[in-house]
Amino acid sequence: MALLVVIAIEIARLKDLFAVVMLIGIYGLVSASFFVVMDAVDVAFTEASVGAGISTLLMLVVISLTQRSEHPVRHRPFGALLVVMLTGGMLIYGTLDMPYVGAGDAPIHIHIAPRYLNDSMQEVGVANVVTAVLASYRAFDTFGELVVIFTAGVGVSALLMTVGRRGDKKPAVAINDSMHKQQLILRIVSKMMLPFIMLFAFYVQFHGDYGPGGGFQAGVIFAAAIILYTLLFGLTSARRVINQTVSQLVAAFGVLLYGSVGLVSLLNGGNFLDYNVLASNPIGGQHLGILLIELGVGITVASVMITIFFNFAGRKELQKSTSENKGT
Amino acid sequence: MLAHLPILQVIVPLIGAPVCVLLSRARLVWLFALIVSGLSFIVSALLLQQVLMSGTVIYELGGWDAPWGIEYRIDKLNGFLLLIISAMSTLVLFAAQTSINKEIPAEKHTHFYILYLLSLTGMLGVVVTGDAFNVFVFLEISSLSSYALIALGKDRRALWAAYQYLILGTIGATFILIGIGLMYQMTGTLNMADLAARLPEVAQTKTVFTAFAFVITGICLKLALFPLHLWLPNAYTYAPSIVTAFLAATATKVAFYLLIRFTYSVFGGSFSFTTLPLQFLFMTLGLLGIFVGSIAAIYQTNVKQIFAYSSIAQIGYMVIGFSISSVTGLTAALLHIFNHALMKGALFLALGAVMYRIGSVQINQFQGLGQQMPLTMAAILVAGLSLIGMPLTVGFVSKWYLLSALIEKGWWPVALLILIGSLLTLVYVWKIVEIAYFKPSLSTNSTVIEAPLAFLIPIWLLVIANIYFGVDTRLSVEVAHAASESLLQAQGQVRP
Repeated sequence: MALLVVIAIEIARLKDLFAVVMLIGIYGLVSASFFVVMDAVDVAFTEASVGAGISTLLMLVVISLTQRSEHPVRHRPFGALLVVMLTGGMLIYGTLDMPYVGAGDAPIHIHIAPRYLNDSMQEVGVANVVTAVLASYRAFDTFGELVVIFTAGVGVSALLMTVGRRGDKKPAVAINDSMHKQQLILRIVSKMMLPFIMLFAFYVQFHGDYGPGGGFQAGVIFAAAIILYTLLFGLTSARRVINQTVSQLVAAFGVLLYGSVGLVSLLNGGNFLDYNVLASNPIGGQHLGILLIELGVGITVASVMITIFFNFAGRKELQKSTSENKGT
Repeated sequence: MLAHLPILQVIVPLIGAPVCVLLSRARLVWLFALIVSGLSFIVSALLLQQVLMSGTVIYELGGWDAPWGIEYRIDKLNGFLLLIISAMSTLVLFAAQTSINKEIPAEKHTHFYILYLLSLTGMLGVVVTGDAFNVFVFLEISSLSSYALIALGKDRRALWAAYQYLILGTIGATFILIGIGLMYQMTGTLNMADLAARLPEVAQTKTVFTAFAFVITGICLKLALFPLHLWLPNAYTYAPSIVTAFLAATATKVAFYLLIRFTYSVFGGSFSFTTLPLQFLFMTLGLLGIFVGSIAAIYQTNVKQIFAYSSIAQIGYMVIGFSISSVTGLTAALLHIFNHALMKGALFLALGAVMYRIGSVQINQFQGLGQQMPLTMAAILVAGLSLIGMPLTVGFVSKWYLLSALIEKGWWPVALLILIGSLLTLVYVWKIVEIAYFKPSLSTNSTVIEAPLAFLIPIWLLVIANIYFGVDTRLSVEVAHAASESLLQAQGQVRP
């Protein structure tokens, strides 16, 4: 906890953005371990893969696009400080009347949680309660979050789109193509790791029913594998494997998969996302439903992350080639 | 299928958005988006009818009953809102294809429609749901997509405006999330009806007070209530015209709906209005908003910016109606939501038409347009009169209700100030009318002709609605009145 505070202060103080990004990654990792201590393994896993993993990567790409150090700020934002202090004070004031951590009679433990804990095995048939809540009881929220991610992907590619802007006659110099020859050790090691990362992603994807994990984390891990490959072997060779239009189609497909599970349950006479009607017995239906929607989540998350990364990297490529054109 | 109307309301545009990716031609995507939006309009009309006939409609998602699963709960209030949002979206979308041809590069058109549908989904999702966390999720969908939509503007400053909106909007959303989290901590539930039942037990705790403060502040940021309005003028000015028309007619209404929903339905009116001096606070901020917004509008030279500032003033009127917390006051506020959507929809679409023909909405470019684009300018004139509150237009109806609510309470000074505020509206509307009708046209614009039909049809539909609902007030007033009556009644049931 104290470590978190120290890191946060350091982040705000430092001017070197590269170091800031690294610290943010560490912050994510530390808070993930904090969540583990608090017994929230699923949250910790998400934080580790999203907060410490993919967002650090994306921020690094952004830095490579812009510049490394912050603009010096002249004015001293006292007004902002006041607002922040007020908000912080308010939050602390709010905690005064909170039930103690771990108190058995706190409202969150006695109102709706007992049913999740006691009955989800009969009603949903999934060992991991968090998955049961996320993917079945509150599946529509998860659907909403998936759409948030899809929106982010579409938004980023709408703003940064580089495809078809110029006549793509001349093959542009891809990001990091020069690395081919230099980073031999990195390349070989990561080449060895890639299959394992991907395998791990699939494990996380399909094991979410029993242990921590699920579509979100799996998607992110899978995307990280692809991004790692791109960083080391260049954008052009990565594009040969996954092209941007395809990854966008795949992202849409994930959302549609999730949505169509809901629609099928509508057509089978249940309410939207009511998995009980998907198969002949309710538990089977729940299993099938959760499997499919988690798959949809994983697909969309992975492809959106890849799309976002490609868009930023494509920008870099564009920047490079225009500056070269100016030079010649 | 009638039983599934509530979910169809959200799911139709939601599924429609990713389907757009599969369609390749921009025109096809537009047609598809228009159909999707039209369908959701039909759904909302059916839904409102159902609610008016048989009372609140409840829909359990995933078949899980309420506090465990998520439920949709539609009463007269959000039924009314759904109708406004889907109707405005459909009308605005009608002109979209023509307008974005000139404002957005062709390869981004598909993305534009996807984002547009997602934004629509988000707003409908926020309004329709009866679950506090679900509100946050859909709020994020609508906000993220609207940031991207604004950033698509032609002007480079659109990026900066979108960035500003992104930061402030995210802070607002985070505040709402913190508030919801605190409420969950104190009650153990996320369902709104359940929250309303369980909050009174713990109403006196500091945590609930903090939760309330955070939720209200967050919503006010989204609502662009003075002094939290700073993101709005630039966002509206530099966004593509279609986006401005869409957001101006819907986005702040959704935030205002949330304000009503959380204060009356979740926390309960008597809690809301006693723990914080909300009445005084909102009354003052509303009045300040009217004056600051109107005066700032008078000094702008970009017509889009004029009406953006005018939106801040109009939000002031709504908030004042809300702060009176009587049936008439709430009716006035709800009516103003509806009426403001009609006026601003017409105005910003008309500005979109001007943008289409001239490529600029600077006020000096308007010279002589009264002769060259008579129908568009007449629309601006009528909608402007409605904005001022002339009799026979909708603006008059809502101001009339607002004034009578104030006089009911005996708050004469406020009523007087509102009348003065209307005079300020007259000043900036007149400024535009004068230039458009009484100045010779610029030589550079001599070839400008009337806007294409794609613009004129939705604009004039809105203008006619402006007049129709100003004369025949039965539909809008009845629904608004019934909605506000049930809100105040429900509050009596929850805490006697």
